[in-house]
Amino acid sequence: MTTWDPSQPILEIENLSISFFTRLREIPAVMDFSAKVMAGEAMGLVGESGCGKSTVALAVMRDLGKNGKIVAGKIKFKGRDLVTMDDEELRHIRGSEIAMIYQEPMASLNPAMKIGAQLAEVPMIHQAMPKDQAWALARQIVADVRLPDPDRILNAYPHQLSGGQQQRIVIAMALMSKPALLILDEPTTALDVTVEAGIVDLVKDLGHKYGTSMLFISHNLGLIMDVCDRLCVMYSGEAVETGNVTEVFDMMRHPYTQALFRSIPLPGADKNSRPLISIPGNFPLPHERPNGCNFGPRCDYFEAGRCNAGDIAMDPIPGGDRHASRCLKWAEIDWMAPPAARVSKPKSPIGKVVLKMEELKKYYALSSGAFGGGAKKVVKANETLSFEAREGETLAIVGESGCGKSTFAKVLMGLETATSGSIMLFDENIQSTPIQKRNVDTVSSVQMVFQNPFDTLNPSMSVGRQIVRALEVFRQGKSDAEREARMLELLDLVKLPRAFAERMPRQLSGGQKQRVGIARAFAGGAKVVVADEPVSALDVSVQAAVTDLLMDIQRENKTTLLFISHDLSIVRYLSDRVLVMYLGHVVETGTTDQVFQPPYHPYTEALLSAVPIADTKVVRKRIVLEGDIPSAVNPPPGCPFQTRCRWKSQVPGGLCDREMPPMRMLEGGHQIKCHLGAEVLAGMEPVIKAAAE
Amino acid sequence: MLIFVLRRLGVMALTALVLTFVVFYLTNLQPNLEKLARSEGSVRMTEESVKVWLAENGFAKPVVYRYGEWLGVVPGWTHTDEKGTTRGRCIPQGSDPAEAATYCGVLQGNWGFSTVFKNPVLDEVAGKLGATGWLMMWVMIVMVPTSLIIGIIAGMREGSRTDRVLSTFSIASTATPEYVSGVILVALLASPMTGLSPLLNEWGVIGSKTLFQGSATSAMDDITFWNFFLPVMTIALYGIGYIARMTRASMTEVMTQQYIRTARLKGVRFRDVVIRHALRNALIAPFTVIMLQFPWLLNGVVVAESLFNYKGFGWTLVTAAGNNDIDMLLGCSVVAVIVVLVTQLISDIGYVFLNPRIRLS
Repeated sequence: MTTWDPSQPILEIENLSISFFTRLREIPAVMDFSAKVMAGEAMGLVGESGCGKSTVALAVMRDLGKNGKIVAGKIKFKGRDLVTMDDEELRHIRGSEIAMIYQEPMASLNPAMKIGAQLAEVPMIHQAMPKDQAWALARQIVADVRLPDPDRILNAYPHQLSGGQQQRIVIAMALMSKPALLILDEPTTALDVTVEAGIVDLVKDLGHKYGTSMLFISHNLGLIMDVCDRLCVMYSGEAVETGNVTEVFDMMRHPYTQALFRSIPLPGADKNSRPLISIPGNFPLPHERPNGCNFGPRCDYFEAGRCNAGDIAMDPIPGGDRHASRCLKWAEIDWMAPPAARVSKPKSPIGKVVLKMEELKKYYALSSGAFGGGAKKVVKANETLSFEAREGETLAIVGESGCGKSTFAKVLMGLETATSGSIMLFDENIQSTPIQKRNVDTVSSVQMVFQNPFDTLNPSMSVGRQIVRALEVFRQGKSDAEREARMLELLDLVKLPRAFAERMPRQLSGGQKQRVGIARAFAGGAKVVVADEPVSALDVSVQAAVTDLLMDIQRENKTTLLFISHDLSIVRYLSDRVLVMYLGHVVETGTTDQVFQPPYHPYTEALLSAVPIADTKVVRKRIVLEGDIPSAVNPPPGCPFQTRCRWKSQVPGGLCDREMPPMRMLEGGHQIKCHLGAEVLAGMEPVIKAAAE
Repeated sequence: MLIFVLRRLGVMALTALVLTFVVFYLTNLQPNLEKLARSEGSVRMTEESVKVWLAENGFAKPVVYRYGEWLGVVPGWTHTDEKGTTRGRCIPQGSDPAEAATYCGVLQGNWGFSTVFKNPVLDEVAGKLGATGWLMMWVMIVMVPTSLIIGIIAGMREGSRTDRVLSTFSIASTATPEYVSGVILVALLASPMTGLSPLLNEWGVIGSKTLFQGSATSAMDDITFWNFFLPVMTIALYGIGYIARMTRASMTEVMTQQYIRTARLKGVRFRDVVIRHALRNALIAPFTVIMLQFPWLLNGVVVAESLFNYKGFGWTLVTAAGNNDIDMLLGCSVVAVIVVLVTQLISDIGYVFLNPRIRLS
């Protein structure tokens, strides 16, 4: 091994270009990408899907597959060029000096191998360690990643662990041979926020402990700010801005970075007075990139003849800490000017009660045997859910996976019937009417926008046909011509060109598909729309556009929107009232301001603190929840949150272990399900504070 | 686990019951019975005497009742003629009717008497099944390892030259029916006039007229490489292609999984990636297919056994069907049902060991 001077960069990427070769053409995925990662430094790669950030990571691993090729540039790791290395040399570096952590932990662990064997394999290959030593080391690292009961875990198979535990195992695997560089490809995207917070903390601590450099890939700017020292913003295969995190966040010098920040809901954004600004247009396809600046066609500062004249190089910004921007006009733009496009919109009035739920319960019977035998278990998916939603109101339902929010949506839609309790839609009782028995009016007035627009459209039916079909089902319009006209109006409503009626779903981008989904939901003049994580599968810049669209339609039609989400930033931005759910229980409800300010329910507090915020001026109190969400099959006795609650010791007499807390009414209709005393609640500090200037 | 096995055995018994009833019903259709009466009694019987013969031999009762008799849950028929001699299902010829059992069906071990082989069905089926068992065993020994190796080597690098060559071979072999490949093999290797044998004989490599023996009848007593190779290969070739294709598909899918990438980026050698990480996952799907080969082989041997004149189960089935041997056909179907269900039980249990995500109970 050649000697390497620690003051030199661990990883130095110079003018890297990567292309994928298909039968038709060469598709450039990454162009002229340069980056440097110093020892112990964490470098963030940010960008929307398809911008080439994962391709860069795989190129560093030299694992681009059969079609991918590095066409130019160098990737120097500790001074040695990875591009020219042969397979045998690469094999010695992979896993021992550079390790990778992946997006989906379940898919990246071998389902047919025990955890211990998968972990122990690494030192057995690279250090020729004997098996028992390797297992001992694995046990130690598993304890290091803060997993309980390492011996049990080593002998478990991946499917026996939860998502958060699996990701910890993937991290442990990466750390088995103390690598110099760790590549993390969206390591927390598949996880819940409170679990994510734990993983992020772990990664940061371990980075310090072992002095590992990191290449952290994410689309989440808040997360990058939490973890990284430096970042590189990518757009359409190019790095557009790079620099130190605080500098880029506070003094961005590229229009794309600026647009990205304007499109994410930061504290202070408001759907009426300060709406988000989405980036106009669409991401260019790799083979349809414009001349000159790739961002040009979507840029507010675009200057024809200059920005589209020729290739633009990275330009260092004087006075910055290795800060550079790929913009010709960075020195001319007034970066502090407020955005011109921001129009404040009138607040829509909130009307009478449309939907009312009382004491709604949904239990599932689960049989434990594979053939229906064994003891019956009951999953309490929803417990005594009571609330009302008014006309024109946005009610957000917040909670992590398994909290029962989707079950609630299913019961409301009639896909499931309630075990007990009532749902009143206007004056009609619909809790025990399954969807097949509901009349057309009820069905068309309660509609749903689904999470994943990629799966909810029929791939073999044109967009227009799908909407017309919805109109037929809802018995809208008297003739085909009338329905056709209505369909075109709906496309106008969701701001899609009328020509899209002829297109097939595969020709649409994610955001456009979601718009079609929204058009379909509103086809029958829906009064209540359940939006189940409608934007979480979309890129940030598209999220803003889709959310605003929903808000606009709501204003126009006075729709009641039930917005189901785990993303508190977006909930704070658009909802009027919030319902926080945990393990089937509503633990807190109130107006958005009430919920986002103390006193909190301890779970809300933890949830708020777990959401990364991409704003250097905000100080967040870190509350990391221990352990996983308990299973709904086997909920803890007493308060559902008692197993992870940090305030539990403040309640005298172990009340939390024994009794389900009552729903307590605080001032202004704010309700909290907690045993904590009034003075403790009053003494709670806000989780998110603006930093002292 | 035990409960699962018991449950499966229960389901098996039920399936066997239903299937044998279907076979019983179909073999006991009226025209069939009339044919039987004429072949057992006299070819020139009149319509009336056929009816009498059927009534005297217990065939006049409803089909469900006779199925019960066959099964052994309903008392066997008896018939006393004018001379006072009593004959019956459970009364062997020349024995005292008073001593005979009331029930005599499959459950009592009485599988009936084969009219073709002039032998009790149970003895006949057991012997023939043994002969086929040898054939099946050798087919499995040749077929399973060969096809798995071909499939895995082809699937580990999808689209490579090795993959294409092996895939072409698999498709060709599975697309050739046994009666075609059997004939080709015989012509090529076991004919004194064509193929390799005359050449080899001329050069003095072999002393006999043919390289392999074209008939496997001698293998009934003594299995040798020379008399058993051709029937085994004829059956195995078809299966090899099929299982290899399945294994290849499973293997290529596994090789694109993220955990394979994880292993590769851990620095695991390609050979170890295949053997340690991919193999077990890739074998899950072909395992089911391999277990399905057992019942398939039981039928598949019909062609090969007839072609090579090997008197096993398949040959017996063909002979019994051709000669309206009702008891024999029923016996064969019972055996076939049991083989199918037992192999599927083994397949389900083995699946659990390969795939830790599946739990039986």
